Amino acid sequence: MPALLEIDRLTRNFGPFTAVDDISFTVKQGEVLGFLGPNGAGKTTTMRMVAGYLPPSQGTVRIGGFDVQDHPREIKRQLGYLPEGAPLYGEMTVDAILHFAASARGMESGIRRQRTEYVIERLRLESVLYQQVETLSKGFKRRVGLALAILHDPGVLVLDEPTDGLDPNQKHEVRELIKTMAGSKAIVISTHILEEVDAVCTRAMIIAHGRKLIDGTPASLLAEAGNAGTLDDVFRKLTGRSE
Amino acid sequence: MTNPVVAVLRRELVSYFVTPVAYVFIAIFLLMASLLTFHMGNFFDRGQADLYAFFQWHPWLYLFLVSAIAMRLWSEERKTGTLEILMTLPISAGQAVVGKFLAAWIFTGIALGLTFPLWITVAYLGDPDHGVIIGSYVGSFLMAGGYLAIGSCVSALTRNQVIAFVVSVSVCFLFTVSGLPIVLNFFSAWTPQALLDAIASFSFLTHFNDLSRGVIDLRDLVFFGSLIVGALLLNTVIIDAKRGS
Repeated sequence: MPALLEIDRLTRNFGPFTAVDDISFTVKQGEVLGFLGPNGAGKTTTMRMVAGYLPPSQGTVRIGGFDVQDHPREIKRQLGYLPEGAPLYGEMTVDAILHFAASARGMESGIRRQRTEYVIERLRLESVLYQQVETLSKGFKRRVGLALAILHDPGVLVLDEPTDGLDPNQKHEVRELIKTMAGSKAIVISTHILEEVDAVCTRAMIIAHGRKLIDGTPASLLAEAGNAGTLDDVFRKLTGRSE
Repeated sequence: MTNPVVAVLRRELVSYFVTPVAYVFIAIFLLMASLLTFHMGNFFDRGQADLYAFFQWHPWLYLFLVSAIAMRLWSEERKTGTLEILMTLPISAGQAVVGKFLAAWIFTGIALGLTFPLWITVAYLGDPDHGVIIGSYVGSFLMAGGYLAIGSCVSALTRNQVIAFVVSVSVCFLFTVSGLPIVLNFFSAWTPQALLDAIASFSFLTHFNDLSRGVIDLRDLVFFGSLIVGALLLNTVIIDAKRGS
């Protein structure tokens, strides 16, 4: 399988502060990479650079062989992105927001109808289709955000904390959705919830202070903790500070 | 297949009308325009069948109302995070800037268009020079575009709508009065005449007065046109430069 997403020596500075420091990794089709780290580790900054929203200070992001900075249009077609907190235009209805995203993506009306129907069914949005987004529950809002991310059937999905703030049932639903899409796509999910790694990821990477600490299968991460360890132990051991 | 500019434009325009923004703006605009025309402008006492009493207030009305429309254009997207959605769609910053600006301009155009009963009134009461009125409407619409483009540009600089509003009103105020003695006297003591003329030439009032006399002069059109294009280009640069920060 070719690597759909290639991150090479990615670095981002904000003034004197280095939020992301020399991170490299690749994600192949069929892989679900769990991007782990404590709050403030640089997860969102990395996700934003991968999505082409934030230009990197150094390093490159390539999606399907195209550089994110040099070919923004091509990249945006191949990439589905759920920003942190799933921001949405609150005054719009679900139907209108899907229609907007589809037409902004230049979809022909036939394809637009087909794709919109698909995501509505997939994320079970029928019942709220004509409601304003700001009146929806958190779970529904997140599902609308995910619908926007997969609307154009991208090969690469970048989901920033897709289950954050959801109740256990909603978390389960989102994870099931990610699992069913996993085969045909390369997926990166950022999270600070470790059970997520067990639940959906084929590979996990832990970062702290902008640096990559470990990258491997969930099993190899566990081996790191010794026999009796859990993922929590690995996480604390690697990212915990002595102060 | 829809052009991305049209997609943004349509989304923006719809969002004015699904929220109270459109109705409040139009109601206040019409109310204030009529109050100023009939009370402050002495519409009837002038005894002339023209809309001078109406159009003379437009620069001052727009100063606040158009800045209020423009302040949310980018600040709100930045604050709610939807800018991240917009900028990761296959839309360039320039297309988004143009789409948003056109939607707001069309919207102010609708508000301006709804003042047509005044035109009907003067036509009924007397025999106005319709050329002058058309010129005034064109001038007023162009001027609204100028205020909007400046406001949109300022809005791109901050996620705080109050700051966007206050700064935009201040900048627009300078553009409005730059041809008046209060500004020119300040500069005249120590600046050469050429610079003084340059400052005065930026005045919205001067250009609008020319147009509202019914003289559609190419220079006034070029002034507003280039001001709008310049502000939107700057707007695009700001959006690109501040992306993600």
